[in-house]
Amino acid sequence: MNAYDHVLIARSKGRNTCIDFIKEIFTDFTEMHGDRRFKDDMAVICGLAYLSDIPCTVIGLEKGKDNNDKQKRNFGSAHPEGYRKALRHMKLAEKFNRPIIMFVDTPGAFCGIEAEQRGQGQAIAENLYEMSAIKTPMLSVLIGEGGSGGALALAVADEVWMLENAVYSVISPEGCASILWKDSSKVKQASENLKLTADDLKSLGVVERIIEEDETIFKNLHDDMYELIRKNLKLDKDELVLKRYTRYRRMGNLND
Amino acid sequence: MLFKRPKNSLEGNPKIQLKLFKDKSDTTDKEMFTCKKCKKTYSKNELLESLNVCPFCNEHYKISARERLNILCDSVSFTEHYSELVSCNILGFEGYDEKLAEARKQSKENESVVCGVCTIEGIKTAIFVMDPFFMMGSMGSVTGEKITRLFEYATDNSLPVVGYCVSGGARMQEGILSLMQMAKVSAAVKRHSDMNNLYLCVLTDPTSGGVTASFAMQADIILSEPKALVCFAGPRVIEQTIRKKVPDDIQRAECVMENGFIDNIVGRKSQKSYIGRLLKMHMRYEV
Repeated sequence: MNAYDHVLIARSKGRNTCIDFIKEIFTDFTEMHGDRRFKDDMAVICGLAYLSDIPCTVIGLEKGKDNNDKQKRNFGSAHPEGYRKALRHMKLAEKFNRPIIMFVDTPGAFCGIEAEQRGQGQAIAENLYEMSAIKTPMLSVLIGEGGSGGALALAVADEVWMLENAVYSVISPEGCASILWKDSSKVKQASENLKLTADDLKSLGVVERIIEEDETIFKNLHDDMYELIRKNLKLDKDELVLKRYTRYRRMGNLND
Repeated sequence: MLFKRPKNSLEGNPKIQLKLFKDKSDTTDKEMFTCKKCKKTYSKNELLESLNVCPFCNEHYKISARERLNILCDSVSFTEHYSELVSCNILGFEGYDEKLAEARKQSKENESVVCGVCTIEGIKTAIFVMDPFFMMGSMGSVTGEKITRLFEYATDNSLPVVGYCVSGGARMQEGILSLMQMAKVSAAVKRHSDMNNLYLCVLTDPTSGGVTASFAMQADIILSEPKALVCFAGPRVIEQTIRKKVPDDIQRAECVMENGFIDNIVGRKSQKSYIGRLLKMHMRYEV
């Protein structure tokens, strides 16, 4: 299977979306809406839920199911208010010492005039900045598409996991082909070059764990999450933040 | 969809790349320059003397990182750090080696950012300046590493950081590793800030993509040069997404300031005294 096949699977119809993971892994999911500043961005789902007996904050990018739902959720492309809603819940999680579990599935942060006017760049920047030092365990799972900054804004965590067919990239293969080779048909070539598959990212140290997509995926994910969260809850908060800092600090350090 | 002819600074326009402070001897008064904005023609020397800003219409043309340092730092106060760090084609991306070689030749720099320590109006500060002539200031792993090290150095030595941003965004030839630089630099900025140190940045034309979505928007004070393009997604990407024309001015610094994301717009000639004054105002007052 080549890299572009993974891209197609990650985008395929009928693939489990964020809502499925929340439903299958957690109990008593209680959704909370709105960023308290502008509006409720339905591309981002935030709420509280139990991971077995642990109360957690759950945040995820949702692409939507049927056409109507997809439109409402803007196909998983969040506006600044979506990222701000997510950050509000991260801060609450920190306050109440709840772990944060995030699911990422987005073609990217929305590229539109209003998103720009409301500070798409600033919203993502603020998330990266704050998430680097939130004093509670954080885990991010890439379940489908991980589109650039819009994905990273929910993927700064103690560990980042990735489904075997998920992809994570700095730019879409289409965008890359179009900009570099002025030829959008070279998407396959771009996909190979970008090193966007789970195996590539694990060998680059960008993700810790690859999750197999078989029939026991939800149970396995639940058990793995439970184990990691319990381990990280026992850590001293400053140590946890220091470990997170070190995790990102080593990325792309070519000269050492 | 294919990209059409360049029409904004993000996509580059080689015709207007001028080199300031080039050997003065080879720019004679005879060499003329026509401003692309106001169409006035005058001698190149006149343009250079006004720091590559059109003396008639105030159009700010691009200048290299070294030229900015010359304008900004007190004389001979600049000491460069981390110049030994060199990027390599870590993912084996097709054509990247050639691109890097070309960028080094064109900019005479090893990377898209120059870092160091200097004094501005007598106040010691850490400084990073991105270079538009190195792959349009795109952020690769070494760019991120250098800026991160600078913030760590500034944190350890309780120094403010002054940063000049110009960037087309994350460097796609370094794939996910360039994306990770956004998180890496952001974490270092946060640590620097948590120790009550000042970070001031100046956005210049263009500041976009992953740089806007990280350290360009994380400063305590965000300034911008007049008319600079400041955006997350560039105009063409938006046009392809929403299939509508994007008005030219809505991503210009003036508009971004109106929307509340920039503290002030400062022309190139007054930047040194303006930044110097702000640095002074952030010195701790002892009773």
